[in-house]
Amino acid sequence: MRSVPVRPLLVRGLLAGLAAGLFALTVAYFLGEPQVDAAISFEDAHTHEHGAGLVSRSLQSSAGLATGVLVEALALGGVAALAYCALLGRAGPLGPRATAVLLSAGALLTLHVIPFLKYPANPPSVGEPDTIGRRTALYFLMIALSVLLSSGALLLRRGLSPRLGPWYATIAATAVLVAALALAFAFLPAVDEVPEDFPADTLWRFRLAALAVPSTLWAAFGVLFGEAAERALDTG
Amino acid sequence: MAHSAPTSPAAPVVTPASARSLAPWALLVGLLALVLLYFVGAEQGASSVFSGAGVHEWVHDARHLLGFPCH
Repeated sequence: MRSVPVRPLLVRGLLAGLAAGLFALTVAYFLGEPQVDAAISFEDAHTHEHGAGLVSRSLQSSAGLATGVLVEALALGGVAALAYCALLGRAGPLGPRATAVLLSAGALLTLHVIPFLKYPANPPSVGEPDTIGRRTALYFLMIALSVLLSSGALLLRRGLSPRLGPWYATIAATAVLVAALALAFAFLPAVDEVPEDFPADTLWRFRLAALAVPSTLWAAFGVLFGEAAERALDTG
Repeated sequence: MAHSAPTSPAAPVVTPASARSLAPWALLVGLLALVLLYFVGAEQGASSVFSGAGVHEWVHDARHLLGFPCH
């Protein structure tokens, strides 16, 4: 058996990340931007100061959006490729492609969905400018907790497997993870800064779009990177 | 049928990588990724490396749609 080809997998992870970022960008542009615009017109109607017109709206919604989404996709692609290297050969009977899809599903859950459940994404004009420091700290803390608790659950599952078998070990570890996350959700402070008359429909659609973006990113990444990794492992 | 099949889909493809062999990669890529994510997600919001609002304004829409607190 060969050792894990780290460098080729990292290169493929970065490329798959960028490609998946293009899919996510498409979703962000077509699903997300209309809601951002709706939220900004609410903001303008309520004379809430917004930026300084430093960057025009058309640039923010195209090149600016692309920069942010693609840079995040590239960074996550690199991290995911290394996590994949650590996972290879340890994921039971799963082949290279299935391992990539499983890893992507896990990344979507721990990095995006779980933090979103406590601190969901907000459109412009939702959120007090004065509390940005506190909200950012809480958001990153929630991501860190989610990653730590999920990693702990993986270790717990591995520890329980010899005694309980993989099926019951998975159920037990998942139950412990859900309980620990429920405690974290209960004890972390709530953030509720939606303006009184902000349209609920805009908020709902914006948040759906904000879930669709990382979902698209990781779905595309799992498929594309899995394919690339399968070939890299086949031919060396 | 007694021969072992090296290409059987159930066989592990590689020997698992040791933590020691992955550590330098993880450190490098992890740090770079954190710097990039910081600039996309928090620069000129919660804290500022550069003064002004250019970075914030440029990635404004991405920051909202990627779920980061923006302003």
